[in-house]
Amino acid sequence: MTTAQTVPAPRDADTTLPPVLEISGMERHFGASGGGTVRAVDGVSITIGRGEVVGLVGESGSGKSTVGRCAVRLDEPTAGTVHINGTDVSHLSRRALRPLRKDFHLVFQDPSSSLDPRMTVGQIIAEPIRLHRRARGAAVRERVEQLLGQVGLRPEHADRHPHELSGGQRQRISIARALSCDPDLVVADEPTSALDVSVQASVLNLLADLQRDRGFGCLFITHDLAAVEFLADRIAVMYLGQIVEQAPTAELFAAPKHPYTQALLSAAPVPDPVAQRSRERIVLHGELPSPLDPPPGCRFHTRCPLAVDRCRTEIPALREIPGGRQVSCHLVTDDGTAPDAAAV
Amino acid sequence: MTETVLEPVRKTPAEPALSVRDLSVSFHSDTRTVHAVDGVSYDVAPGEVLAVVGESGCGKSVTSMAAMGLLPPTARIGGSIRLGGRELVGAPEKELQKVRGKDIAMIFQEPMTSLNPVLTIGRQIGEVLRRHQGLSRKEAKARAVELLELVGIPAPARRIDEYPHQLSGGMRQRVMIAIAVACDPAVLIADEPTTALDVTVQAGILEVLQSLRERLGTAIVLVTHDLGVVADAADRVLVMYAGRAVEQAPVHDLFAAGRHPYTRGLLGAVLRPGGEGKRRLPEIPGLVPSLDSQPDACTFAPRCSRADDTCTGSRPGLRAVEREAGADASHRAACWHPYAETQADAEAQTDAETQADADGGTGSGTDTGTGPGTSAAAQEAGK
Repeated sequence: MTTAQTVPAPRDADTTLPPVLEISGMERHFGASGGGTVRAVDGVSITIGRGEVVGLVGESGSGKSTVGRCAVRLDEPTAGTVHINGTDVSHLSRRALRPLRKDFHLVFQDPSSSLDPRMTVGQIIAEPIRLHRRARGAAVRERVEQLLGQVGLRPEHADRHPHELSGGQRQRISIARALSCDPDLVVADEPTSALDVSVQASVLNLLADLQRDRGFGCLFITHDLAAVEFLADRIAVMYLGQIVEQAPTAELFAAPKHPYTQALLSAAPVPDPVAQRSRERIVLHGELPSPLDPPPGCRFHTRCPLAVDRCRTEIPALREIPGGRQVSCHLVTDDGTAPDAAAV
Repeated sequence: MTETVLEPVRKTPAEPALSVRDLSVSFHSDTRTVHAVDGVSYDVAPGEVLAVVGESGCGKSVTSMAAMGLLPPTARIGGSIRLGGRELVGAPEKELQKVRGKDIAMIFQEPMTSLNPVLTIGRQIGEVLRRHQGLSRKEAKARAVELLELVGIPAPARRIDEYPHQLSGGMRQRVMIAIAVACDPAVLIADEPTTALDVTVQAGILEVLQSLRERLGTAIVLVTHDLGVVADAADRVLVMYAGRAVEQAPVHDLFAAGRHPYTRGLLGAVLRPGGEGKRRLPEIPGLVPSLDSQPDACTFAPRCSRADDTCTGSRPGLRAVEREAGADASHRAACWHPYAETQADAEAQTDAETQADADGGTGSGTDTGTGPGTSAAAQEAGK
C-alpha cells in the first residue's frame, strides 16, 4: 500500500520531446437544426506535458467533453489543431489514425455502456493489444492478467462478462483497456461520476497510482471540483466553449481569479456542516446563454455579479498573469489582483 | 425483526408528519428474493429535513417509493408508514390517490422524465390543483403563477405557457417542486433532487427547499448520496447500508462524531474540495453484500475492521450511543462496537487501511480494495 501521494515525476525529464497533447485554437461548431451554428468549442488551447495531469472543469454545455472527443479524434475539430506527440492529428483519416491510436486512449463516464456486453473481460482488454500487435499468442493472455493485476482485479476476472461485475470493477476494466498499449496520453471523461462515493475513492486512488507509476499524460474532464483537485497538476476552467482561467491546482483553489471560477468553487458543497453553513455562496443569476448566440463581450457578463460596461462590449483575452496562470477577465489586473465576487 | 422502535427526535413536541416503523420491502421472483429494505424506522417532524444517505442499492429510494405507494405489485411490504395518523401500508390504491400529491409529494432526480413533454407547465401544475382542490381552470392557472414565483422562476406569467423543453434543467426541477408543493403537502420526499444538476444550479434548488420548510413547515425527506448536500441542507441524517439503517443522528453529531464504522468509512472516502492537498483517499475494502438473505448478523461485518464473532453471530439493533453526558437518544447506531465520541478519524482510517492490506495479502479481498492492484503496479514499476 503506497502512502501519501507525491507530485508525479514525469517519466521523461527530456524537455526536448514534444508535449503529449497540444491543442491550439480548437473550434468545434455544429449546425443547428433550425439554422445557425452551435459554437460548442470556440478557441480552446491546452498543452499537456509528459506525465502531466490537466483537469478540464466546467458545467454541462461548457464544451469540455467535445474538447476531449476532438483531442482523441473521436470527433474532428472545425478549426485549430491537435498535436499528439508532435504529430498533427487534427484532420487525419481513420486509416492514418489507426497506427497512432496506441498512443492515446479515452476512458468514458459510464463503464456499462462503453464495454461490449458480449465480450469477456479478457477479450475487451486484449483487443487493443492484438490490433496494435503488442503481443501474440499466449503472451496476450499473460499481458491481460498483468493488467488486471495492476487495476486491482484477479486473473479469473478475464473470463467474466461485464454484466457480472460491479460498476467500480467495470471502470477498472476500462482503465486496464486504456492502458493496455502503454499510451502516452489518457483522456478521462468523468471517469468517476457514475460511481458511489467509496468506489469513487478507490478508482481515483488507482488512477493516481497508475499515473504516477507509468507517467502518462492525462486530460481529466470533470464537473467534480474535488476529484480534479485530487488528481490534476493544473486546471483549466471552461465556460460556454472557452477557457476562462487556467492555473496550477493549489493556486486555483487558494485564490480563484475569474468571477466564474469563484462562483463555481463557492457553489460546490463541502461535506462538513459547520464549514458549509458558514460559507459565503456566490449565487449566479440567469441561465447559461445559448451557444447558438453567445453574448457579446465577455461571455460570462450576463451572469457575472461584477460586470461593468466594458465587459458587455469588449471580449477579454485569455492572458498571462503571474504564477504561471492565465485568466480572461477585464477586472483582473496584470499583476493578478482580482475582485471578489462574493463581496457584491 | 429485532429493531427497537425509535422515539421520535423532535425540536418541537409536534406529532411527526411521517412516521416509518420497521419497514421491510422485498421483491420476489421465481428464483430469488431480494430484501431491499430490512427493518427501517424513522420519523420526520413538520419543518424538519431528514436526509437519508447511502450508496447504490442500500434501499434509500425503495424506502421513499414505499412511502409514496409507488412500488410495483411484486413488492412485499411489511411494517408501518403513518402519515399524520393515517396508515399507508396496505391502504387501497383509491385511498393512496387521495393522499398522493396532496398530503405527501415527491420530486425525482431527472425532471425531464417526470414532466409531460406535450403539456405546458401551467397545465401540469394546474392538474394537481384541479384534482385535489377542485379549482377551476382559471383559478388553477392563477395559483400556478404564484407557485412558480414561490420556487424562484423569473417571469412566471410568461413561463406558465411554456413547455418543459423550453426550460433549463434547474428550471424544470423548480417546476417539479412547484407541482409537488401545489397542495401544501405535509411531507415532501426529494429523491436525489440535485444529482442531475450543475453545482451552481444545485445551490439554488437547495435554497428553494430550505425556504419551503421555513415558510410552509413542510417535512422534507431528502434522499441523496451526496454528503455535501447533506451537510448543507439536513437537520438529521439516517445512514443506510444494504437495506438496513445503520446510524441516525443530528447532522452536526454525525459529521463530527459518526459512530458506525460504515459512516466513518463513507465520510473518510468523500472528497473535500479545497486545502487538503494530495493525500491518499481512505477506501472501504470489499463489496456491498447481496440482499438475498437477512442474516442474523451485522451486514457490514465482512468489510469492517472492528468486527468480531459477535458481529457475525447476531444482528445489532439501533441503540442510543454513549456520550460523556450519558446515553444520547437522538444519536443511534446499529453496531456492536461503535466508535467512541472522541475517537479520532485518523484511527478509523488506519484501521481501514490495515484491513485493506489484510485482504490483499490473503487474496480474499473482492473488488474495491486497491491493495492487490497497487502492490502489483508498484512491482511493475520496480522492474
